[in-house]
Amino acid sequence: MSSPARAPNASLSVRRFAIDYGLLILLVGLVAVFAVAQPAFLRVNNLFSILQAVAIVALLGVGVTVTMIAGGFDLSVGGLAAFVQMAAAYSLIVLDGSTGSTILLCLGLGVLVGLGNALLIVRLGIPDLLATLGMLFLLAGLQLIPTGGRSIAPGMTLLDGSVADGAFTDAFLALGRHRFWDILPVPVVVLALVAAALWFVMDLTRFGRVFHAVGGNELAARLAGAPTRAYRVWAYVISSTVASIGGILMAARIGRGDVSAGNGLMLDAIAAALIGYAVLGANRPNILGTVVGAVFVGVLLNGLTMLNAPYYLQDFVKGAVLIGALTVTYGLAPKQG
Amino acid sequence: MVLAANNLTKRFGSTRALTDVSFELAAGEVLALMGANGAGKSTLVKILCGVHGADAGSITISGKTVAFAAPRQARAHGIIAVHQSIADVGVPTLSVADNLLLDRSCTGRGPLLAGGRRNLRAAEAIAAGIGLDLDLSRTLGTLSIAERQLVAIARAVAHDPTVLILDEPTASLSAPESERLFTVLDRLRDRGVALLYISHRTGDLRRIADRIVVLRDGRVAGAFRRPLDLDAAIRAMVGHAVGRVARRDPVPDGAPVLRLSQARLAPATATFDLAAHAGEVVAVTGPVGAGKSTLAGAILGRWPLAAGHMELDGQRWRPRSAGEAIRNGVFMAGEDRWRTTFFPGTVPFAHIAGTIGFPFLDRRSRAGLVSPTAEARAAARLIAEFGIKARGPDDRPAVLSGGNQQKVVLARWHAEPARLLLLDEPFQGVDIGARDDIVRAIRAQSRDRATIVFVNDLEEALEVGDRVVVMADRAVVGDAGDLARISTLLASGAPSPHPAAS
Repeated sequence: MSSPARAPNASLSVRRFAIDYGLLILLVGLVAVFAVAQPAFLRVNNLFSILQAVAIVALLGVGVTVTMIAGGFDLSVGGLAAFVQMAAAYSLIVLDGSTGSTILLCLGLGVLVGLGNALLIVRLGIPDLLATLGMLFLLAGLQLIPTGGRSIAPGMTLLDGSVADGAFTDAFLALGRHRFWDILPVPVVVLALVAAALWFVMDLTRFGRVFHAVGGNELAARLAGAPTRAYRVWAYVISSTVASIGGILMAARIGRGDVSAGNGLMLDAIAAALIGYAVLGANRPNILGTVVGAVFVGVLLNGLTMLNAPYYLQDFVKGAVLIGALTVTYGLAPKQG
Repeated sequence: MVLAANNLTKRFGSTRALTDVSFELAAGEVLALMGANGAGKSTLVKILCGVHGADAGSITISGKTVAFAAPRQARAHGIIAVHQSIADVGVPTLSVADNLLLDRSCTGRGPLLAGGRRNLRAAEAIAAGIGLDLDLSRTLGTLSIAERQLVAIARAVAHDPTVLILDEPTASLSAPESERLFTVLDRLRDRGVALLYISHRTGDLRRIADRIVVLRDGRVAGAFRRPLDLDAAIRAMVGHAVGRVARRDPVPDGAPVLRLSQARLAPATATFDLAAHAGEVVAVTGPVGAGKSTLAGAILGRWPLAAGHMELDGQRWRPRSAGEAIRNGVFMAGEDRWRTTFFPGTVPFAHIAGTIGFPFLDRRSRAGLVSPTAEARAAARLIAEFGIKARGPDDRPAVLSGGNQQKVVLARWHAEPARLLLLDEPFQGVDIGARDDIVRAIRAQSRDRATIVFVNDLEEALEVGDRVVVMADRAVVGDAGDLARISTLLASGAPSPHPAAS
């Protein structure tokens, strides 16, 4: 019936401005403060190491964002990236595989896990949070089994007493360590390509519209003729595949299979996606917002480190940023009908 | 007078929602409140219930002027409202008994322990208060809409109201179900409860109302007492005479567009045949639970028929999804537009243009790319064609009135030519003026397609259809041309699966 008229007034437009640009202004402000306090902060090299540091988290966050757009959630990305990282090391070091076969194996594992999630959620109807939480534990445990819980390094002794004779190939290591023109790290380029592609699909194509529609009102999407179940399956497959790319980059960066490499990844990725809700007043999962969210956290942590803030402040800072962003998204924004 | 509103005025920002609204309500009286969407009915109810405060004017209860700062105070004065959307009322996972006791347990005045004999007796007493004949151990979620409505009313009556406000209580009830509700209301009236009954269903008003007050644009546009002149009341509500839509010739010649033979909607129900021709509007009516939506879903391919087969233009028709149906020109506008059509505000294209364009994205986009400008242009054309009152294609449906929302739904399924158009409850939450527009729009464009409209309300069925088909117990039981014949068919139909409908 009659909705109360929303008269435009000063307080509302200030609020609107805060919602739309608050996070970006804060980001610019932070950069300015850090630059004044520590001129080295603004050096191109440092800026790219920030991007390098957040690339993997941002990549995972972008994947989660796709599932969020389709009305789901994927907690398993952190566990999957860690698992793929171990699988890559296992393939290269223990199985002495080539770069190409290792990458294919890792991507294949990603697709498989995505299909597994989709089976649990879309086919069996298990709630997304629960199914992917289960998958998270499954993968975190599975990565420990082949090596008996040890990290994988060249020349390691295997469970059957033999010695692994493979090694990380230079081509594979380049994925994590090479910098184009000595400045632009490969993971940052990969992030840019993946994020741009997914942004394009989600925001400009009819396929993206269906993802959004499925997330907003699945019944309405189905009655309008969309194959909604197929789209939900795709969302999980995309999320897991992107996460497996993150795992490949992580392995290449570390140069061995580290059992503790995935710690905290899942939470950071989801935090980035949630902070992304607050970018440009979107109030919804969006690919670019997720990248900005990850960069925001990266800038903050890097700046604080340069100012000699103790490392143990990091989680506290992330929590504060996340709560601030969620307040903008849910607390300040006008309620939408 | 139990309740009197004196010159109530309410503004929201620059809009006047209510201006100088006055009326009186006596004990044991049913006052019907009519008004189109946006006429101020909701605002008035909210003021009476203490949700909003009035900017000017006063409310007197039994001669004493009262001012409500909170809904709690209105309740304390015996003003209780039963709202329209019953989905929000009650906890679907709890039993009927627990739901009846919900108000007590939630206010902290109830006993510490849930369940038990004493609580059951208390619940039985509440149910008896309106003569509710239900198994109290059933889960609320398993009840029919009519039964849940009655549970909500029982809860309201348990507060021992002096004034009971009912907001469109028959919106989703069939005729027998409504009659059951009216019996309960008769009993309340006899007990001296004052009833404020909000509806624009003429059948309801004829049956239950002692007096009518009509609101238009936030003012009292008319007051009527028995004998009620409903046409005058509707004129007062709409502001002009409501024209009856001309009926076209009966069944056109030629092969039907859709033909169902020996169809069964469920394994144990009766078989039936149904045909719809190009150029005709078939209205399918019947009580809630008669299988109207099941039939619509089967034609659209949401689920298969339990038996029998369908033909579309002479070809076997067995769609496996709504997508396949739409590609073949079979469209459906679902009932409850917020559930079946609109997207929430978190969807970037929840505006009119995006809502209209969504089902036809594959035809409209090139290489997968959506063109927002072409989409807005198409929507602007339909907005003009259907007379949708909106600022433009990027308005969200949420800011429109119910009638305009429904026109958006209608416009969407006229964006491309249909071979068969199914409309499930196209008049839900639509005022009489907009209903007229919608009937006209449906009929105006029905020449080259078959149209089937599924409606609960008999008068709506007669108004929109060239032919009225009656369903009962999940089967078509016959064709009818007038109210008397339909009533006979409904009465002779097999017993409904829901006890409430019997």
